[in-house]
Amino acid sequence: MTVLIDKNSKIIIQGFTGKMGSFHADEMIKYGSNVVGGVTPGKGGSKHLNLPVFNTVKDAVSETGADASILFVPPAFAADSAMEAADSGIKTCVAIVDGIPSHDMIRIKRYMRRYTKSSKMTLVGPNCAGIISPGKSMLGIMPGHIYKEGRIGIISRSGTLGYEAAQQLKNLNIGVSTSVGIGGDPINGSSFRDIIEKFETDDETDAILMIGEIGGPQEVAAGEFAKENMKKPVIAYIAGLTAPKGRVMGHAGAIVSAYGESAIEKVEILKECGITISKNPSVMGDTVKSVLEKM
Amino acid sequence: MDIHEYQAKKILSNFGVTIPRGGIVYSPENAENKAREIGGSRWVVKAQIHSGARGKAGGIIICDSPLEVAQATDKLLGKKLVTNQTGPEGKIVNRIYIEEATDIERELYLGLVFDRSSESIMVVASTEGGMSVEEISKEKPETIIRSKIEVAVGMQSFQARELAFGLGIEPDLIRRASETIIGCYKAFSELDATMVEVNPLVISKQKQILALDCKMSFDNNAMFRRNQVSELRDKTQEDSKEVFASDRGLNYVSLDGNIGNIINGAGLAMASMDMIKLAGGSPANFLDVGGGATPEKIVKAFKLVTMDEKVKVILVNIFAGINRCDWVAEGIVEALKKIEVNVPLVIRLAGTNVEKGNQILKESKINYIEANTLEDAANKAVAALK
Repeated sequence: MTVLIDKNSKIIIQGFTGKMGSFHADEMIKYGSNVVGGVTPGKGGSKHLNLPVFNTVKDAVSETGADASILFVPPAFAADSAMEAADSGIKTCVAIVDGIPSHDMIRIKRYMRRYTKSSKMTLVGPNCAGIISPGKSMLGIMPGHIYKEGRIGIISRSGTLGYEAAQQLKNLNIGVSTSVGIGGDPINGSSFRDIIEKFETDDETDAILMIGEIGGPQEVAAGEFAKENMKKPVIAYIAGLTAPKGRVMGHAGAIVSAYGESAIEKVEILKECGITISKNPSVMGDTVKSVLEKM
Repeated sequence: MDIHEYQAKKILSNFGVTIPRGGIVYSPENAENKAREIGGSRWVVKAQIHSGARGKAGGIIICDSPLEVAQATDKLLGKKLVTNQTGPEGKIVNRIYIEEATDIERELYLGLVFDRSSESIMVVASTEGGMSVEEISKEKPETIIRSKIEVAVGMQSFQARELAFGLGIEPDLIRRASETIIGCYKAFSELDATMVEVNPLVISKQKQILALDCKMSFDNNAMFRRNQVSELRDKTQEDSKEVFASDRGLNYVSLDGNIGNIINGAGLAMASMDMIKLAGGSPANFLDVGGGATPEKIVKAFKLVTMDEKVKVILVNIFAGINRCDWVAEGIVEALKKIEVNVPLVIRLAGTNVEKGNQILKESKINYIEANTLEDAANKAVAALK
């Protein structure tokens, strides 16, 4: 099985009838994702893009059997929508939206502790490009055609840098099993560690490319997890070698505020964890290729 | 978003934290009157800039008469203060805070931040107030005590008490110290702060617990629901190019180098800066025009980067997804009709419809250097400097 989504995933769009929701729902449908409907409170019972609209996520789940959702709601309402998804039996939820307050993200994470591991939704994002399993399903906003089907798992905080990696791999005729954008915010739904753990047990993935950046503890936590628990090779690139300390570099979470959070320090720690480092962003594909050749 | 010391103190006092008597002034005459109004025999004149370490930079002056207060205010107003946190260009002093002097018995440190590992709020305290938290963790790490707060229930009295006892505060003052710590926590959690730092938190000879200096930062993403906080923004304390950028929805950070960048996506922008460095150059800025790279944003980005006199080469690096390269290329061509660029321009497009995008650029007769990969783009940008 693939990581998080596959061909059978039934997808609903939260914030379906808005401009962003409509546009990307259409893109996902064109890619071949199984979009079964959407939610816009107050517009339940109507049709949009020839698909049913529901008032609540619970209605959508009970009518369509949806198990995945993607949020295109404004930042002020995003936390509420994510918690609604979690409480309605959605298994995987992607929050694309940029601009959710950190205090709200902490509330979501705390709220989700009420579910047992087996019934807990996986939240991916916010401020991310989403998930794609090439040839199977896309639950995101990426350009689907740059991803070739294959056996590399990609995890990236940045959207466009994840695209860059997929393109480099494609140029080398290397494909991707699943690419997950975990987003650029300081507090996010799923960490690098959460996703590499899923890739380790995924029989469609041979190796993992992790694209990190300055700020926060997540790359190091993933490295330490990989060192102790993983058999599959992990390749990493960390962006922000030239970023000044204490400044936010575009992503709210890209700020160096403690030891181990700069690009150089992260690279050193990851190397000690046995992770192969792509020494610059232009050779992410080549580095994956050289690792595959040694396998 | 950062705010001034006096604003942070006002906020904390609303949450039950005691602060020394003081007031904000904008002129020496104002200052003299304010000193008399506050009363007492010693005053502290404090330059209000968005930076710590103001004392070492001469921004804090102790005075023994209202006349001295006026003189000190005159000296500081309009001056650029350079601290180890402002960078060499310094920050301008437009506001002065006059405060009664405090007889200090002990100086403590109290800070609240997000802990990204545990996804909770962390309260950090130390007996070594007056030093920066970086210095404390380097030189006296054994004095640091921490308390992790469960946000669902908030900070409990026992947690504040543990910290207060941990700081060696005498039993008679524990209750007041706990109230002070909880007041800071409430300010943090109720106002969408990302940082509250009281340094030093002092115990005066009169056995008062006072916030003597204070810094607060807030989550920009939450300003839509914090009107009273967002009104405290002081744009004179920010880089003028960064203000220009943030007013136009661009993510921009001013840097020291001479290669200007226009890039879509924060990660790709950082990666491009890294490539410039590896190619032997130095970026003049970080600039993320957003994943979509709309023509409007590209025009604004060119305007911003050409404002910077340091810029000797401009590098445009766009990875087009759903916004295709042909559309992005048209945006660039339009931008260059409106904005004059007098330095070499390197453009790298990638992603959807890249051939069509490059063709549009070629046929437009704009003067530019085409690049294909990240590495190629960085090398050509550095080569164009010569």
